Amino acid sequence: MNKTLFDKIWAAHWVGERQDGRQLIYIDRHIVHELHAPHAFADLDKSERTVRRKDITVVVQDHTVPTRMGVPLRSAHIDATGVATAKHGVKRLSVEDPRHGISHVISPEQGWAVPGGTLACPDSHSSTVGALGCLAFGCGTTEMVHVLSTQTIALDKPQQMRICLEGKLGFGVTAKDVALHLIRQVGVDFGRGHAVEYAGGVVRDMDLESRMTLCNMTIEWGGRTCLIAPDERTFAWMAQQAHSPKGDQWDQAVGQWRGLHTDADAFFDTQLTIDCSDIGPQITWGTDPGQTINVDESIAPEEQIHVDHLDRFQRALTYMDLQAGQSLLGVPIHRVFIGSCTNARITDLRHAAGVIQGRKVAPGVKALVVPGSNAVKLQAEREGLDQVFLAAGFEWHQSGCSMCAGANGEVGISGERCVATSNRNFENRQGRGVRTHLASPAMAAAAAIAGHIVDVRAWLPVEGRS
Amino acid sequence: MKPFEQVSGAVIPFPMDDVNTDQIIPSAYLKDLHANMADGFMAYVRRKPDGTSIASCVFEQAQYLGAPILLVGSNFGCGSSREHAVWAMQAFGVRCVAGYRLAEFFRDNCYKNGVLPIELTASAQSDWMAVAQQAGGQLPFEVNLQAQTVTGPEGFSLAFDVPSAQRMALLKGLDDVGMTLLHLAQIEAFEALQTPGPAGSRQMDV
Repeated sequence: MNKTLFDKIWAAHWVGERQDGRQLIYIDRHIVHELHAPHAFADLDKSERTVRRKDITVVVQDHTVPTRMGVPLRSAHIDATGVATAKHGVKRLSVEDPRHGISHVISPEQGWAVPGGTLACPDSHSSTVGALGCLAFGCGTTEMVHVLSTQTIALDKPQQMRICLEGKLGFGVTAKDVALHLIRQVGVDFGRGHAVEYAGGVVRDMDLESRMTLCNMTIEWGGRTCLIAPDERTFAWMAQQAHSPKGDQWDQAVGQWRGLHTDADAFFDTQLTIDCSDIGPQITWGTDPGQTINVDESIAPEEQIHVDHLDRFQRALTYMDLQAGQSLLGVPIHRVFIGSCTNARITDLRHAAGVIQGRKVAPGVKALVVPGSNAVKLQAEREGLDQVFLAAGFEWHQSGCSMCAGANGEVGISGERCVATSNRNFENRQGRGVRTHLASPAMAAAAAIAGHIVDVRAWLPVEGRS
Repeated sequence: MKPFEQVSGAVIPFPMDDVNTDQIIPSAYLKDLHANMADGFMAYVRRKPDGTSIASCVFEQAQYLGAPILLVGSNFGCGSSREHAVWAMQAFGVRCVAGYRLAEFFRDNCYKNGVLPIELTASAQSDWMAVAQQAGGQLPFEVNLQAQTVTGPEGFSLAFDVPSAQRMALLKGLDDVGMTLLHLAQIEAFEALQTPGPAGSRQMDV
């Protein structure tokens, strides 16, 4: 009885040990996307292999989808993927399908990710579904060919780490702020080689979509995958999903899910507790997600930077065109991107819309909202959120990865400053020379209205204050 | 996969830390299915926005063109799991990448493509970096996977360690899928027990 949740799911999917010592873990659901599909299917053809489990493999489109309204939903990758999936007889969710969206957003929506299951997807943000207690593995193209051919993934068992997030989140502080603060505390490669379990009061208090945001960012501090033990909130969320079982089958499922927790005497290679009570809304100032500050804080002065980190510190400031010791409040911006698998679910759009209600995007700012899925988009339209965004001067897009990865050509112009709800602020990621500031949806929305970086707490409805 | 035993030639010294996959292969090169990956490798590190070469960058210097060994800083390859990063590096001619801690996805993608990723101690990395910078691409080094050693000019040598399973697979050029399919009976037995899947799951009826 000294097992972690990870141990339990791992053991339940363990198939065997390979001669090279790697463990074969069975994959319950394989979600492929079009950035990798053409390469992977070509590789299958070359090696004369076939897809082992067509019934539990599905190909979606997200990275290269043009999302601007009125633009044909096509790309070279989408076309090539269509040809390859038809040839191999593999299911493909078309871009026009009402269930279309970003792989990590639709996996829980469509019931592909469930508590206690395993999932593989050729993307490093696959761990998003760890929020449900679903063990997900991101992978590269060759690894994906391995999953297609064998329905297993071959891994060395990772070390395990538990991150306990304790305390009570302040007003205007979201899961995104917690994730960024965590990365600032531990650094961008602390989680390397580890499967992470998030626990503690802050996680217990988070709704499921917030947990997805937290889990989504795990790779940004190096973690290979992550889990949150399913609890009453998880069951309540699952109960609302159309795909969930009903009646006796539901009772049976919940009965099994209740066993998905870490035993009291389980061992973790690393444990860390972080008090989250003093976290403010975050805004990144640099070129990795750990280079973040509370929005009312200033960038550290040079003398506070360890000599080993000074070069990197200065490089980031130069790229971002900022000064050591500077506050970000009032820094003018040119673009706002509300989207991505990190922050484009319905609660994210509600938070953003809540801030802009009745206001206008500042002159000279280009702002866009790219819903995480068609289901999110439809729900937002039912609630009239699209009209709130459009009336304010935001562009309202179709679903896809868009300006998070920039692989669909939706990028900024050199020298522009963009506040984005996505997960990476790397140099040139949103377009060559574009300066990215990561933040929560509400922070991004407020920046769009103000035309510069602001503290969203002054913009939030007062009744929301706790 | 082509077996990897040893490689010899120039070492490209590139000591920058935390080089991410967007730097190694910018997303502009992912959009095009038939992009020139060698050209895309470190594209924005090597060339200015107008496309002109940055002469001070090692990847633009003649003596490093086609060099098979890349010596990097810490946490090289962080960011996404995109295998294109390894393909681009391979297309540039690199067959072995060594550094102090390589990012995990990147390192695994190297193994899967027959590129040798070497993780060095901080001191071994800085010793080698000093010698490689001194050599300036003019003097050859040899990386021998069988012996797990690096040798170079003026008697330079260091030992490295690659996990035995990955070492064997590289030395024999073993195909990853082939290795797993030796366990087909176990996979079938697992499937017989587990169908239709985990509690609460449903068919993927696309």
